[in-house]
Amino acid sequence: MIEVRNFSFGVGRRQILRDISFKIDQGEFVCLLGPNGAGKTTLIKCLMRIVPSRQGGIRVASRPLETYRQSELARRLAYVPQADGRVTPFTVYELVMMGRYPHLSPFSSVRQEDHRAVNAALELAAAQQFAERSVDSLSGGERQKVFLAAALAQQAEVLLLDEPAAFLDLRHQVEINVLLAQLNREQGQTIVCATHDINSALATAQRIIALRAGAVFYDGPAAELASADLLHQLYDHDFSITEHPQTGRPVVLAHGEQVGT
Amino acid sequence: MNRSRKLTLLGLLLVACLVVVLAAPLVGIVETPLSAIFTGQGEAAEVFWQLRLPRVALAFLAGSALAVAGMAFQAMFRNPLATPFTLGVSSGAALGASICIRLGWSVSLLGASAVSGCAFLGALLSLLLVYGIASIRRGFSTAAMLLAGVAVSFFFSSVILLIQYLSDFNSSFRIVRWLMGGVETVGYEAVTSLFPFVVSGVAIVAYLTRELNLLAVGDDIAVSRGVDPRRAKIMLFVGTTFMVGGVVAFCGPIGFVGMMAPHICRLMLGADHRYLLPASFLFGGMFLVLCDACARVLIAPAEIPVGVITSLLGGPFFVWLLIRRTSLGYAL
Repeated sequence: MIEVRNFSFGVGRRQILRDISFKIDQGEFVCLLGPNGAGKTTLIKCLMRIVPSRQGGIRVASRPLETYRQSELARRLAYVPQADGRVTPFTVYELVMMGRYPHLSPFSSVRQEDHRAVNAALELAAAQQFAERSVDSLSGGERQKVFLAAALAQQAEVLLLDEPAAFLDLRHQVEINVLLAQLNREQGQTIVCATHDINSALATAQRIIALRAGAVFYDGPAAELASADLLHQLYDHDFSITEHPQTGRPVVLAHGEQVGT
Repeated sequence: MNRSRKLTLLGLLLVACLVVVLAAPLVGIVETPLSAIFTGQGEAAEVFWQLRLPRVALAFLAGSALAVAGMAFQAMFRNPLATPFTLGVSSGAALGASICIRLGWSVSLLGASAVSGCAFLGALLSLLLVYGIASIRRGFSTAAMLLAGVAVSFFFSSVILLIQYLSDFNSSFRIVRWLMGGVETVGYEAVTSLFPFVVSGVAIVAYLTRELNLLAVGDDIAVSRGVDPRRAKIMLFVGTTFMVGGVVAFCGPIGFVGMMAPHICRLMLGADHRYLLPASFLFGGMFLVLCDACARVLIAPAEIPVGVITSLLGGPFFVWLLIRRTSLGYAL
């Protein structure tokens, strides 16, 4: 579905991504991990062409990325931004309807199938109960579900997410992760998710691509990254690995100096 | 708010607009009874057909164009304070008009006076300068356009001050009067000259209402939904600048209509530009026609330049906007 081969990207003299190569197949759930500044967000934005790159090296559905018109690309890839406080002067329904943009021509009116797609997306993202509310009146977790619904209404083959649960409380983090896992499992949605949260990546993704200083450091099954040695090399920090008491999955604990008494 | 409620509100706005536009030419110092108007003879008919009706038509076109351009700019820049003049169009036009008045040019071209022609050329000059400066940096960012617009505005305003300082009293007064804005006109030449600018500008914005919705959420979301923001912004920038350049050329820089009208319509109908565009068009036109009617009668037999009235209303509105802050759609 997505093939990245020897892709590099820089701004001015600063090299952000170096010689990246990987392939993502349909139906996979892949998490991009790595420390701050590793290039996760830039990679997601290069894939979506939010950050334009003149250098080739990315293919989507076997076609070079640069040959796509943006609306054509939006029918293949959909993007969910970081949870932030951006002012969004629309109702939830209006915002989710904007996900239908790549399927509409300039003067065509909204069709019945567009309303169906929007309602289905709202339901999948568990956001239908606030459909008529203003986006700005929602909490951070609710807003993130709405942006996820807007991306789902796009009916693209791949969902690209940039730290979808950042800044959310634990309950909403879990809700977003569960939603993504369900979408992947039940709808066969291909998901590529950049995240800082190793434990949610280990819990939800089948595969992890870890970036360090703009290069691929690890690409393999999620569970195999749960090694103190690998994580130490990735983050320059010490970690302990334990087991989740309910699921038995590995859980990563960061070491820290004791603060206070 | 559902679709049928929005359409009902648009219908009511259309009716209000028709009432105002039909009633406004009857308002003024000279009485214009309907019987005299339809016989087409006498002073009253002359005043109605040759002065008031073209004036109301010009005010409606100008108000509509400014409101639609303001709406587009507020969405593009995601800024409630954006106006059609944010990118220096009015100061470019004002510079053109000031040079023309100072040099005493009086040749008319294609139905437009020398002052209007020079004002339009000044508006185009500001467009080219702002576009050129914004393009020097990589990409075509709205922040670069805003800064370039502010810089060009300040520079042109300083040149206008210099021209005024070097002018005689008569030219200096004419420049100040032009800068106050007004829709006084005789006959339909100004209306027919401005019409194509407004129609083409509004058509471009209408073509891009879905893109405006997405740009109002953010460029990254717009790109990910399939919009090419650079192309959309250039089309909007050029289309609205020609339209506003035309308005400023014929009516001078009439302030605040372009900022107030879209905000008031957004409060009534929400932020969806598919509804906000016709609402801003109707409300902006109606608002300027009303302001001009007030300008004709408030200190009769003298008249107040309509730009003074809109600015007098604009100041308190601006304060209200500051108090309401984000409830109007965009963060201040």
